[in-house]
Amino acid sequence: MNEASTMGDARTLAAIRAQSVQPASTDEASIAEAARRRVRRRKVLVQSTRLAVLVVVVGGWQLFTDRKIVDPFFFGQPSGIVLKLVDWVEHGTAYGSLWLQIGVTMKEALLGFAYGTGAGIVLGVLLGQIPFLADVIGPFIKVLNAIPRIVLGSIFVVWLGFGTTSKVLLAAVLVFFVVFFNAFQGVREVDRNLVANVRVLGASRAQTVRHVVLPSAVVWIIASLHVAFGFAIIGAIVGEFLGAQQGLGLVISTAQNNFDPNGIFAAMLLIAVVALSAEGLISQLEKRLLSWRPGTQTEVAGL
Amino acid sequence: MSFRQPLPRTADESAAPRSAAAGGAAPASAPQDRSRIELVGVTKRFVSPTGAAMTALRDVDFVVEPGQFCAVVGPTGCGKSTTLTMVAGLDRPTAGVVRVGGAVVDGIPDSTSFMFQHDALLPWKSVLQNVALGPRFRGESKASALGRAREWLHVVGLSGFEDHHPHQLSGGMRKRATLAASLISEPSILLMDEPFGALDVQTKAIMSNELLTLWERTRPSVIFITHDLEEAVALADRVVVMTAGPGTVKAVYDIDLPRPRGAVQEIRFDSRFLELHQRIWESLREEVERAYARTGRTAGTATTGTEGGRP
Ligand SMILES: Nc1ncnc2c1ncn2[C@@H]1O[C@H](COP(=O)(O)OP(=O)(O)O)[C@@H](O)[C@H]1O
Ligand SMILES: [Mg+2]
Repeated sequence: MNEASTMGDARTLAAIRAQSVQPASTDEASIAEAARRRVRRRKVLVQSTRLAVLVVVVGGWQLFTDRKIVDPFFFGQPSGIVLKLVDWVEHGTAYGSLWLQIGVTMKEALLGFAYGTGAGIVLGVLLGQIPFLADVIGPFIKVLNAIPRIVLGSIFVVWLGFGTTSKVLLAAVLVFFVVFFNAFQGVREVDRNLVANVRVLGASRAQTVRHVVLPSAVVWIIASLHVAFGFAIIGAIVGEFLGAQQGLGLVISTAQNNFDPNGIFAAMLLIAVVALSAEGLISQLEKRLLSWRPGTQTEVAGL
Repeated sequence: MSFRQPLPRTADESAAPRSAAAGGAAPASAPQDRSRIELVGVTKRFVSPTGAAMTALRDVDFVVEPGQFCAVVGPTGCGKSTTLTMVAGLDRPTAGVVRVGGAVVDGIPDSTSFMFQHDALLPWKSVLQNVALGPRFRGESKASALGRAREWLHVVGLSGFEDHHPHQLSGGMRKRATLAASLISEPSILLMDEPFGALDVQTKAIMSNELLTLWERTRPSVIFITHDLEEAVALADRVVVMTAGPGTVKAVYDIDLPRPRGAVQEIRFDSRFLELHQRIWESLREEVERAYARTGRTAGTATTGTEGGRP
């Protein structure tokens, strides 16, 4: 969104420059006013077009399924999805209240996210700091990374049963690799000048890591967290798919077995809302931790 | 031009007895000997990952007396920065020794400060925290370190910018902050690698004056690397000219201009200054020409440009 408006700014400025040949708009205040008006107009245009796209897609879906041009039995129906959600809210799912299902999945995802991120940062920093360790352990991590990790979920269910632990572990494994590679790279990219500088200032190894290595790797680590949280949710859902007693993944897999596309879409919608809120929180964290940076680089958030 | 405030406490005491001997390279009393820097037969060879060896420095010998301001000039790539990292203990010579205060350097000495060629302020810390880093690392309490950092920021004219981040400062202000961060530990040795190289001419002149003012108060031994010969002669007691790489010491000149030198901009028109500059330039020019020739350019055009700027 930021990106869109800055692009708008640039375009408006160019337009104004082109116009400024005309004597009418030489007054500075009126130029600024015109620029502001253009930016505002563009924002409204973008928002209303977005809304239109949404209406066309959802409305079209509803219309086509209503007229039986597309079979609602396979493709579901927006109104059906809403009814399903209302039903869940009012009467709960087959496995207890809806909030319990969301809560269980969130708990698994968050725990997996926390463990995976922690392990990824610790190991990434260690290997980035100690080349010997990196040389020894590096190949193992590469091999593990090449395994289709989702399959590990089956093993975890076999080992740990249908409880939440197997889901947490799967989510943590998925998160770990993303964070680890970024943390490792971040540590490797640390500015040597800064390290030399604090060493001359008298910093010990630990102080160097704390004051230079970690803060500069944070840029890389935070960038990975956006992707990592998505993986945490995937890990939790897939884990529940493979065998669980509660959770949104189980709700989806039940809906699948009952040929209930509305149920699947409704659960998907819930997951999307959860993921977007988490994304928002991570962007807040990013803003806080990276406030020292010149200009806010929110490429990811801008999308 | 000069500093807005007197130096914080300890610095003033140590400055008092020395002000009398403020002419040229003042010989020092016993405790000052720990700030004598000595390079003997220093050779540095870099081995690339492919195994090819490259000699950056060959048999470098020179001495910086305690409290002396020594400038090192030489063409780009002759190994000036490499020399400095070895004095700082960040790297070790392949052959030869570096001694500081008579002891062989084999780690980072305690009372050495280093101003790097590139900005080395931590971008994620405020200016105040950056200046307080040295004392904090050396175990000073947070309150005391921040307090002294505040005083030093005042000294270098950065009061009111304590909570700014480095990227919010101009290049000259960042250099002031770096200078404060280097001097707050009251080093007995100050190493500076083209500290003002990236500044515009006016800012550079102002910074040079401020540096001299500060240096004359505590008198650390200084190695000041620059590619600007005028700057070297204006500031230093001793100018070391290095040859094009592999670098070695070509000649050492003692600068007998009286101290305090006053404004750097004005001393450039002093007749003794011009004489010294001319002499050293003759020596340096050959090396610059050789270095330019190596980069493939015609030596003639490159040097006339530089020389044409002389009064
Ligand atoms: N860590 C290093 N590894 C390999 N070569 C280096 C390294 N540091 C410096 N050099 C080489 O040594 C020479 C001297 O470099 P430097 O000391 O930076 O020169 P100066 O500061 O005089 O411009 C250069 O040719 C440079 O490429
Ligand atoms: Mg250099």
